[in-house]
Parts: sequence; C-alpha cells; structure tokens
Amino acid sequence: MTDARADASIDKANGKAEGSYTTDEMMTVAASRELRDGVVCFVGIGLPSEAANLARATHAPDCFLVYESGTLGAKPDVLPLSIGDGVLAEHADSVVSVPEVFNYWLQAGRVDVGFLGAAQIDRYGNINTTVVGPYDSPKVRLPGAGGAPEIAASAREVVVILRQKPRAFVEKLSFVTSVGHREGGDSRKELGYTGGGPTVIITDLGVLRPDPETKEFTLMALHPGATVEQAREATGWDLKVAENVATTEPPTDEELEVLRDLKARTEAARK
Amino acid sequence: MSEITTLREAVAELVHDGDSVAIEGFTHLIPTAGAHEIIRQERKGLTLVRMTPDLIYDQLIGMGCADKLIFSWGGNPGVGSLHRFRDAVEKGWPRPLEIEEHSHAGMANRYVAGASNLPFAVLRGYVGTDLPKVTKTIAPVTCPFTGERLMAVPALNPDVAIIHAQQADRRGNVAIWGIIGIQKEAALSAKKVIVTVEEVVEAFEPRPFQIVLPSVAVDAISVEPGGAHPSYADGYYDRANAFYGDWDPISRDREKFQSWMERHVLGTEDFAEYMKSIRKEEVVR
Repeated sequence: MTDARADASIDKANGKAEGSYTTDEMMTVAASRELRDGVVCFVGIGLPSEAANLARATHAPDCFLVYESGTLGAKPDVLPLSIGDGVLAEHADSVVSVPEVFNYWLQAGRVDVGFLGAAQIDRYGNINTTVVGPYDSPKVRLPGAGGAPEIAASAREVVVILRQKPRAFVEKLSFVTSVGHREGGDSRKELGYTGGGPTVIITDLGVLRPDPETKEFTLMALHPGATVEQAREATGWDLKVAENVATTEPPTDEELEVLRDLKARTEAARK
Repeated sequence: MSEITTLREAVAELVHDGDSVAIEGFTHLIPTAGAHEIIRQERKGLTLVRMTPDLIYDQLIGMGCADKLIFSWGGNPGVGSLHRFRDAVEKGWPRPLEIEEHSHAGMANRYVAGASNLPFAVLRGYVGTDLPKVTKTIAPVTCPFTGERLMAVPALNPDVAIIHAQQADRRGNVAIWGIIGIQKEAALSAKKVIVTVEEVVEAFEPRPFQIVLPSVAVDAISVEPGGAHPSYADGYYDRANAFYGDWDPISRDREKFQSWMERHVLGTEDFAEYMKSIRKEEVVR
C-alpha cells in the first residue's frame, strides 16, 4: 500500500475514509444495508452484531435477531460484549436453551440470514476461526468454532464482515472451520446443507459477491476513496474484479448518527 | 435428593482427581465459585468440559488441574484470547493439554444425548469442515429411514456437573431464569450435580423464562452469593465488564498469573474471602 496510496483518498492504515467517517463505519453501514426488514437473522458477536443492530435501528426495525445464547427477537439498546449479555434477554420475545436455538431454529431452517465474522477467509468464502499454522502445533490458537459452522451450513444466506488484509484474505486456510462455497462451482451442494452459503463479504474497502458459476468472490463495489489496487494488495490471492466496479453509497447522516449513538451508549454502559 | 452443604464439602466429596467435570453457564451464571474451589483443593488430571471455556477454564488450565479440554469456543468474550489456554495448547505449559473440539451445536447435542441416556446425537453439520479430521468424536451416520447422511457425536456424561443458579428453595429445588444456556442438559447428563446459588428462599416467584431443576436432579447445593462474578446473575448483579479486560494482562504472563492465583484463590478460604481480596486490590489500584 505505498504507491497506490498517494493518489487514493482512503488512508486505510489510519482507518480514515473520504469524508467525515472511518473505514470501519463505512464497513458496518454497508453490512447493515444487506439486512432486509422482517428477516430472521442469526447474529455473531462483534462487527456482525453492530451491523445487525444498526439495521434494526434504521431501515429494518422488524428484523428478528437471534443470538446463539438462545435469545429470540433480541432488541439490545447497547451492543452486547458477550453473546449472552443480559441486554439480549431483557427485551427478547423469547429466551430458549442452547440446544433449542441450534436445533429448532437454525438447523430447522428458520433462519434467513447468518451474520458472521472471521479470522481468515478464502476466495470461496470458507472460514477459519480455529488455528493459524498446523493444528497439532499451531502458530496461533484461535477461539474455535462456536456457532459458526452450523450458521454457515443452515442459514439461507450468509453475510461475512471482516477487515480486508493479506493475513485475513488468504490463498489457503490453515483450517476450514465453517464451509462457504467449498471448492467453488457446485461443490457445496454435495454436502447436503440446506443453507445457500455466503452471498456477500463486506470489508473496510468494498463489497465482494460470489461469481454465479464459479462461486469465487469477486470485488463488486469499492467504498468511496478505496482503489482496486488497495483491494488487490489487501488480498492474499489474485482477486477477481468486476468489469464495472460500483461505488458504495457513503453513510447517510442518519446512519452515522445512529451508529455513533449506539457505540457511545455501549461505551458508557461498559464503564 | 439435594443436600444443602458448603462448597468445600461438596467439592471434596464429589470431585475427584481424573474426573470429567462440566462447569456450564453460557456467559450468564458462570460458576466461578465452583471452579475456584476445585483449584483450592488442587484437583489434578481433570477432563474439563465446557462449551465456552473462558476465564474460569483459563484459571483451571493455568493452575495445572486439567489434562484434557472438551469445548467449542475458547476465548475472553469481547476482549480476545485466553492466554493460559493458548500457552497450554501452543507450548504445553504448565502441562500439555489434550483438546477435543466441537461446534456449539455439536456440544449442545452431546449434552442432550447424555441427558437422554442415548449413546449419541445426530445433527446436520461438520460435513466439509476440517473438524472431523482432528476430532475423533465426530463420525458420519446414515438415517435408516431416509438414507440422509448426517453426523453423529457421542453423548457427554460427565462425572460431575457444576452450575450456578439464582435460587434454591428449602426443598432443594433450583430456579434459573434469564439466559438458561445449557445448564439443564449439563446437569441431567452428569452423574453428580453441584449447584451454587445466590440465595435460598422459602418459595420461588413466577418469572419469565424461568426453569426449575427439581431437587431429585441435584446432589449438592451451596450458597455462594456473587458466585458467578465476573459474569452476571440476572436479578442480582450485572456483568463486571472491566474484570474481563483486567484479566488479559494478568493472564498474559505466567508469573503474574501464578502470583495472582496464589494471592486471591489459593490464599483465600472461600469465595467470599476471594471477593474481598480482589476488591481490596481494585481499591489499591
């Protein structure tokens, strides 16, 4: 990211985007727009939870958020720090046990969209959250699977949110924790999962969607100020780029205001 | 039928070296008091079972109580890594830790099978992931009715389950409300059950989403107010978010970790004293 940065107005190293918002804010806003109103969304903690709650507070007030702690129809007014914070149960429509949320809700096909983060991802949207390096003598031991493998298996579609960098966007995963489009093409279908796999990866630089045939993730849109060169440099494989790369609509004043309020309330609650 | 006793007696009687021990509480009602008593009594060679190993398992592992960990997500929620867990897996300190890892759905179903006295559970998952390559307790199975290929996971039947609940009544029934996680399944799958509670009441009040674990499903009940700190107990206290952050630098360093554990856990008689001990340090800091 040297030469390309001189004529780019996005300064990724400092998280500064064009205008008065950060690259992370752009990423969260772009992810929140993927969530349609009224859908059932199984939410991971962290960035996915931030995006899903931004959506609920803006254009998707009737989306039904499900957390793996068994909270159904969660309506947190601050962002939960853990997947089972009290704020998730407080205004939930129902609270069920962990087996019930995975078996009766996720596996049974009641979840429209899964919102996931990742430590590493490959060109087919397969995800690693287990180890970096060999399994038996890992360089980095990551937290592990959690709820992700079954979300990736059974949600009708999956939205993945993570910052784009070579360490995260890798040619080959050390470990496949959650299956995306496997080896591309129809190879996922052979596994017999009811869910359709990842439909979009939202990063701090842009938006990637799978090619309809090969299922390889392709850069479809760049956030304002980001360049194709930046996206290529941040990707550990030879990134496919759409013929006409769109530009993401910058965050609206409302989106920014709601997101910042949410984060300020969350910070205040953590003290 | 359950008996109300001290936690020290309950652990002395029911938890033995080499046991498999499931300490459950899904981010809510985490049985810290129970885990600390195991550390105080210096149990060794345990197989620790827990969906979400967090601070208490970091402590049990770092203190050398465990030979094996069966789990599905090990991290410090909202903060980052479990450094004692990572040190054991990456460097074998203080002793090598065998791991058996699953997904949440797999672990949840293993407890359900255990609670149902079935040999295994079936789910639609794991296929295409690398988990079956490294975890022997995942195997394919064919539905005898439809021919669908599914994955089987064996039942979990820990020697002891420890959970924390809000209340027990005088008859030894246990009430849990709020996020109920996997505690009912963990308790019903185990051979012996220890429950720590915030308080003992005459009779339970009806509450939304409350479950009651009847006395016949529990062996020992101990009153340990605040026993789920730094997690929370709905209706009693909030999550001590700052503690999770504070744990990171303590657990990063082997010596710092050991001296912290010696000062606050090994150096105290019980959980009430532990709470006083860490609060005193907070004031000093």
